[in-house]
Amino acid sequence: MQSIVIVGAGECGVRAAFALREAGFEGSVTLIGAETVLPYERPPLSKDIQAPPKLIRSLSDYADAGIDLRLGLRVVALDAVAHQVQLDDGTVISFDQLLLATGARARLFPGMEGCLTLRSDADMRRIAQHLIPGARIGIIGGGFIGLELAATARAAGAEVSVIEAAPRLLGRAIPAEIASVVHGLHAQKGVRLLTSTDVVQANATQITLGDGTELDFDAVIAGVGAVPNTEIAQEAGLHVENGIVVDAGLRTSARDIFAAGDCCNIDWRATRMRFESWKIAQDQGAHAAAVLMGGDASYAKVPWFWSDQYDLTLQVAGVFDLTRPIHRRETQSGTCIVVQCDRDGRLSAAAGIGPGNATAKDLRVLEKLIEREMSVDPAVLVDPALNLKALLKAR
Amino acid sequence: MPWINACSTDDIDAEDVIRFDHEGRTFAIYRNHEDAYFCTDGLCTHEEIHLCDGLVVENTIECPKHASIFNFADGEVETPPACENLATYPTKVEGGRVLIEI
Repeated sequence: MQSIVIVGAGECGVRAAFALREAGFEGSVTLIGAETVLPYERPPLSKDIQAPPKLIRSLSDYADAGIDLRLGLRVVALDAVAHQVQLDDGTVISFDQLLLATGARARLFPGMEGCLTLRSDADMRRIAQHLIPGARIGIIGGGFIGLELAATARAAGAEVSVIEAAPRLLGRAIPAEIASVVHGLHAQKGVRLLTSTDVVQANATQITLGDGTELDFDAVIAGVGAVPNTEIAQEAGLHVENGIVVDAGLRTSARDIFAAGDCCNIDWRATRMRFESWKIAQDQGAHAAAVLMGGDASYAKVPWFWSDQYDLTLQVAGVFDLTRPIHRRETQSGTCIVVQCDRDGRLSAAAGIGPGNATAKDLRVLEKLIEREMSVDPAVLVDPALNLKALLKAR
Repeated sequence: MPWINACSTDDIDAEDVIRFDHEGRTFAIYRNHEDAYFCTDGLCTHEEIHLCDGLVVENTIECPKHASIFNFADGEVETPPACENLATYPTKVEGGRVLIEI
């Protein structure tokens, strides 16, 4: 009987396991997760501190699908030649094919030891204890995790400061037009936003800025990015470079070993990227299942993610090149949609922000146009008279 | 089960969806690409998001929030994260009105 082992029981690994069964795979499927709780969805962690973990699937679903779920266990070694993994309890498991869906962990820069970080449900429980009325919360990093936590902390009545080294928020991947909407809302909600501000040192209750200023807090949370979990791949001799390098079929440099989700590094339109996105993790997990079963399709889904802060939702499809022109589409007040074309004039990225799901339909259409690599004049796209959906019909 | 006079056929654009609330319940009523009408529960089975803000393509609705895709003709999940199918309800068109049986 053919055996597939999946390392990592996050969104990607779980999706891959179920997708194998949905596609009729009859061999054994072993899903190994380091956390002791049933696999859960991570996006709510930064948004809702009250809710219990939202499980991806119920316990009985795993049994019904014949998925051997092994929780609370870490893979400590991979032998790519012998086709075996070793767990931290000493167990050795052989596989015919292996999927590495090991995810990523929160990054901490040297000098920041002692700060709280957010990656797991347990992390969130620790942070939640501090999010009470009047508590002074210092957040390092004006990216998505930092800003979603800022919104959540404000909603809980805490006094929040966000400290960002770059001149503006969300500077890594999000156009300034969208980031300024986010900035405005946080400022209006009473978050103290310090941009162009370096942190030289931080601990559980204090942040020291580049100019020597010491700021005191009841809790300090660092949201300064994530590091892919690549150690076992690296030690096994797989090609690792900002993630486990995979081809368009999610194959690593080692035979019969695949990688997907936050831990992998993959081409997106001729640029090497590593994504940290719930949706991409699922999509790649599903794709990995198809490849494990012998499919040879290339992974080509348009990257897509969203963020919720207060009553605003931001959605992004594709990947922005922030050094190139960005065009703003005229929309109803309170919403903002921006688009970008690549050097060859093909739509390559779109983002929208607005209350609730106000921009969702337009973003979904734009995502489909990006998928088709549609060549389009940005001036046409930004015209409010244009019915975006009509473009989908125009082949 | 009563037939409810829900809306005019023109209230829904071709290949689109509207929200319809009735006696404390919320529904989504769809007009597909062939001008056939369908009705499902109004909220996504994943996280209770109103599907009326989602994109309709032929017989599918994509949740505006987390991108689950359902076939609204039979309610089946086509793409996760949703695991549970949508409840569907019979519809008919009479005199330019869309009626749903709920």
